[in-house]
Amino acid sequence: MLESEFMRLAFATGAVVGVLAPAVGFFLVQRRMSLIGDGIGHTAFAGVALGYLLGISPVFTALVAAVVGAIAIEWLRSRRRTAGDQALALLFYTGIAAGVVLISAAGALNADLFGFLFGSILTVGYDDLTLVAVLGGIGLVTIALLYRALAAAVLDEEGARVAGVPVGALNVLVAALAAVTVALSMRVVGVLLIAALMVLPVIAATRVAWSLRSTLLLSIVFGLASVLGGLTVSYYADMPPGGTIVLIAAGASIIAMCASAPWRSRRSSTRSATSAS
Amino acid sequence: MPLAVELRKLSFAYPQGPPVLRDVDLAVEPGELVAIAGPNGGGKTTLVRVALGLERPTAGAARLFGEPAHRFGRREALGYLAQRAQLGLDAPATVREVVTAGRLPRAGLVGRLGGGDRERVSEAIVRVGLAHVADRPLQRLSGGQQQRAFIAKALAADPELLVLDEPTTGVDVEAQEALAELLGRLHLELEVTILYVSHEFGAIERFVERLVLVRHEIVFDGPPRELPGVWHDPSHVHA
Repeated sequence: MLESEFMRLAFATGAVVGVLAPAVGFFLVQRRMSLIGDGIGHTAFAGVALGYLLGISPVFTALVAAVVGAIAIEWLRSRRRTAGDQALALLFYTGIAAGVVLISAAGALNADLFGFLFGSILTVGYDDLTLVAVLGGIGLVTIALLYRALAAAVLDEEGARVAGVPVGALNVLVAALAAVTVALSMRVVGVLLIAALMVLPVIAATRVAWSLRSTLLLSIVFGLASVLGGLTVSYYADMPPGGTIVLIAAGASIIAMCASAPWRSRRSSTRSATSAS
Repeated sequence: MPLAVELRKLSFAYPQGPPVLRDVDLAVEPGELVAIAGPNGGGKTTLVRVALGLERPTAGAARLFGEPAHRFGRREALGYLAQRAQLGLDAPATVREVVTAGRLPRAGLVGRLGGGDRERVSEAIVRVGLAHVADRPLQRLSGGQQQRAFIAKALAADPELLVLDEPTTGVDVEAQEALAELLGRLHLELEVTILYVSHEFGAIERFVERLVLVRHEIVFDGPPRELPGVWHDPSHVHA
């Protein structure tokens, strides 16, 4: 499998996205904003369409559109101009509608567009890999450096705000990281499925982890395993890579939920015992 | 020495809403333990939010340690346990992780925690009596223990002012007593100013020197023993 250059490129690109997407998704899930990736994905779709219309790189325009959309949703949410889910709905439908109109105007309903919608990791080149590695690396280093601050903001947002932690800036940072992740992951699983790669590994990890840090690390392990496993299965079974990756991540979440059910009941018993003591 | 909390002729209303607070005057000296009680919806939480600079007053002034509350610079000196401050996430954060988050304002945002900061975190955990469950996820602890963990989180930054908003919500009577004793002890040991907000003040009553009753305005401010009998009636407090 790895004798083929396109598979080596796919594995390398997929590995970066497999680590980055759940690492960013971890903070979104803890803030109960699991679906923001979907909203940003739809905005990125409008960005792709704009790129086709203007004749410039769709990845670049998707990146810009995703960042603008993510910051807009955070702004709407934080200023309490609208509830979080309503802000998301506004972004979600505006993005997809703008995308449809722009794609139609550009006359670009073709295979390339479908690659952005559903992923086309087997067609990535060295330029794509470089972009994913550089921006993905910056994202991961940012998370590593600011982990304590980001964790404090999700643990107790109001308490952190009172104590002078720049919660607003950290929330904007997470939204921007989510936007970059969506733009980078378009080629791996497509804009329609990227949110799954940000959320499903975190759901799986949450069910079996024993601390906040272990939840983050297990999310990354599940994300990476889903991407590498999905690529391998898709290669040998001749299946679409994007969908296969997400199905494996979904399977891991379901297994983790089932496996943790008895454990969780034991936890409840322990908790009752602790309360009584 | 400036007052820890100072509210002068303070009024507050949300946009297009009725007044929540009217002409409130309150002065809290450094080192005081003050219970702020009153019925649900009477403006207690709004009062502390304005006092902490989270909301701007519609009229009057709020000051923290002599500075306007919304521009207060030494925010690391403030510890705040928000209402229903249960863990707001599904991930199994441990007691130590929660308390470590409280050290952030002193330790800085970037990089790993230093040895001295880790020591302060451990001290805060010991102080609230959770050393034996320090590495256990909060979800496996009782409501009272979870509240203690959040108090330890507020203590980890060595606050000068500790504000606890309804810390006994969802906590059984025995745990309420234990929490009240803990606060009384912390007040003596750390000489920290404490504002304890609750719609019930039974458990804390014997530890406080001063009780402030809020029903959109301050209707009583003094030692609990001087509280008119009618206010001791819980149904009256909740009215």
